[in-house]
Amino acid sequence: MVVDKTLELFDCGHRACGGCGPALAARLILKAAGPNTIVSSATGCLEVFSTPYPETVWKVPWIHSLFENQAAVGSGIEAALKKQGRKEKVVIIGGDGATFDIGMLCISGAFERGHDFTYICLDNEAYMNTGIQRSGATPLDANTTTSPPGKCSMGNSRPKKDMPAILAAHGAPYVAVTSLAYPNDLMQKVERAIGVKGPSYVQVHSPCATGWGFEGDRTMAVGKLAVETGLVVLFEQTDGTVTRVKKVVRKPVEEYLKVQKRFAHLFKPAKKEAEIARIQAIADANAAKYGIDIKLKKPAETPQA
Amino acid sequence: MMHFVEGSIAVAQAVRLCRPDVVSAYPITPQTHIVEALAEMVADCALDAEYITVESEFSALSACLGAVAAGSRAYSATTSQGLFLMFEVCFNLAGMRLPMVMTVANRAVSAPISIWNDQQDSISLRDSGWLQFYAEDNQEAADLHYLAYKVAEDHQVLLPAMVCFDGFILTHTYEPVDMPTQEEVDAYLPRFVPLAKLDAQDPISFGMLATPDYYMEFRYANDQALQKSKEKIRAAGKEFMAQFGRDYSAFVEGYALEDAETVLVALGSLCGTVKEAIDEMRAAGKKVGLLKIRVYRPFPVEELAAALKGAKRVAVLDKNISLGSKGAVALEVKDALYGSGIPVLDYIVGLGGRDLRKRDIARIVELAEKGEGDLFYGLREGVA
Repeated sequence: MVVDKTLELFDCGHRACGGCGPALAARLILKAAGPNTIVSSATGCLEVFSTPYPETVWKVPWIHSLFENQAAVGSGIEAALKKQGRKEKVVIIGGDGATFDIGMLCISGAFERGHDFTYICLDNEAYMNTGIQRSGATPLDANTTTSPPGKCSMGNSRPKKDMPAILAAHGAPYVAVTSLAYPNDLMQKVERAIGVKGPSYVQVHSPCATGWGFEGDRTMAVGKLAVETGLVVLFEQTDGTVTRVKKVVRKPVEEYLKVQKRFAHLFKPAKKEAEIARIQAIADANAAKYGIDIKLKKPAETPQA
Repeated sequence: MMHFVEGSIAVAQAVRLCRPDVVSAYPITPQTHIVEALAEMVADCALDAEYITVESEFSALSACLGAVAAGSRAYSATTSQGLFLMFEVCFNLAGMRLPMVMTVANRAVSAPISIWNDQQDSISLRDSGWLQFYAEDNQEAADLHYLAYKVAEDHQVLLPAMVCFDGFILTHTYEPVDMPTQEEVDAYLPRFVPLAKLDAQDPISFGMLATPDYYMEFRYANDQALQKSKEKIRAAGKEFMAQFGRDYSAFVEGYALEDAETVLVALGSLCGTVKEAIDEMRAAGKKVGLLKIRVYRPFPVEELAAALKGAKRVAVLDKNISLGSKGAVALEVKDALYGSGIPVLDYIVGLGGRDLRKRDIARIVELAEKGEGDLFYGLREGVA
């Protein structure tokens, strides 16, 4: 199956902020998933802005129950379809709070049981729907309303939880990280995930203009910088082995940090070199772990006479 | 055909005969024998269902929610802490108008932890929008499952239903139970036909956001559906009588009520003990009767008021306490009798498995005759 990019199953008219990353991600996900899909959605921005009763943007069957049970609801749907001999694909969508934090129990159970579904996390790295509070997906030093920098704080005190590794450890046959800044990569990974039998996981890095503090026309550019600096690694893991990695000519993390208000405290009033170095170390470790660096040929390597 | 079986097995067999498509449950004492029996049936292909062995009660009921939304008949069973872990999902299922049946093997709630019986668990879910039935014995417990599915899935109801029966007292007790054949149950309970379902051929959205412009109307519709269920329960009860010879058309059931001056009100297995005690008191010349409440939600206000209109006093035996207030059942009985002038006395009894014997019932009748009520009955000496 090849993705039909003209297919629009996530309609216009929703109430998302201008430049909303998750809204674009949802649209791309449905292009890849196609019409034969049932979506189970968690409480969060996506659910709120896409279904203000009596209107809905979802042109596929869609259900939202609670904040933390999207994976269990998806399990029940999958079991029902199996019993009825139906062939629709189950796609579960949750934000990073619903995935990394409050929905963890249900997700763990659903992956361990091996239901046939695709779980997609729209990762915008904080609880945006409630007003930008930190989650387990919030990166080191990010300023959120519950991890503000102050005299005794540099912002969020912990690095991002490694959710893909946790789900890979459950034996998930397909685990991938993508970014909405790379629409083709995103759609390909969703399509592959849906094609895999069993529980698969796709984490979509989804910049949030409102929560991260950048203009709404910069969503794609900010998303690209996250990947180009090595803070977000686009990879695929099949049956426990990393099979594809997006390689980049890495830029310093500073280029990504300085365009977002959530990291402004690292530059004002004085530049916090040591903190930026800690974040650079995270990117360096990612690069080493996944081998993302493209080695450029240096002029010095030309053979000498 | 009569079988001498444990209560949990009778319920599991009844559930099997209801042909659920999806069963999802998490083990908790004293519910375990039910879900173990169902797992065996699935393993032996005696029950053609998807059995989802979840990691928590929260997921058990959430999986049922998804299954019903996808158009399948779903079943779960739980009790006590498990029911409380489901609390959020319970309200959600009713609000989304997704019908299913869940057995509650009534048990006390923590703290302190207790595995023994009272009815605090399901009574605490009285505001959740579920139908609630309470069984006196194992025959009734089994039978109420057929009836509960029939009413819950009616398109004018579309609400989840709890069949409550007392933990250990009924779940682990052997009694003769008449089990119908599959053909008989099929004739009574048709296959589930959802009004709407998740279907790629006809996509709809479930569980949308309601602003203040719409929210109240959803709650109104939910309450109206519970009110509407009254006539459906009556009809399903009459049909049950015609087919199986046992009558569940009444929401409340009287025992020695005709000339009774003191009427005891109770739910569940306690009614059996009360009937025995009444026989003895009647033999001694006391005019005592019982009103058993089988249907607690929707609450049968008119039926209860009509049944109690001849009483001089009413003594409610509450196996629960709305802490800081009174027994939940007594509060509603008082509401039903408001303006009648009939005094309603409340007795908190049997919490955490404290046994209530015939002599205790007689003692409570004596207290009621003296107008002494609104108390915890049977506390250890030196506590009250």
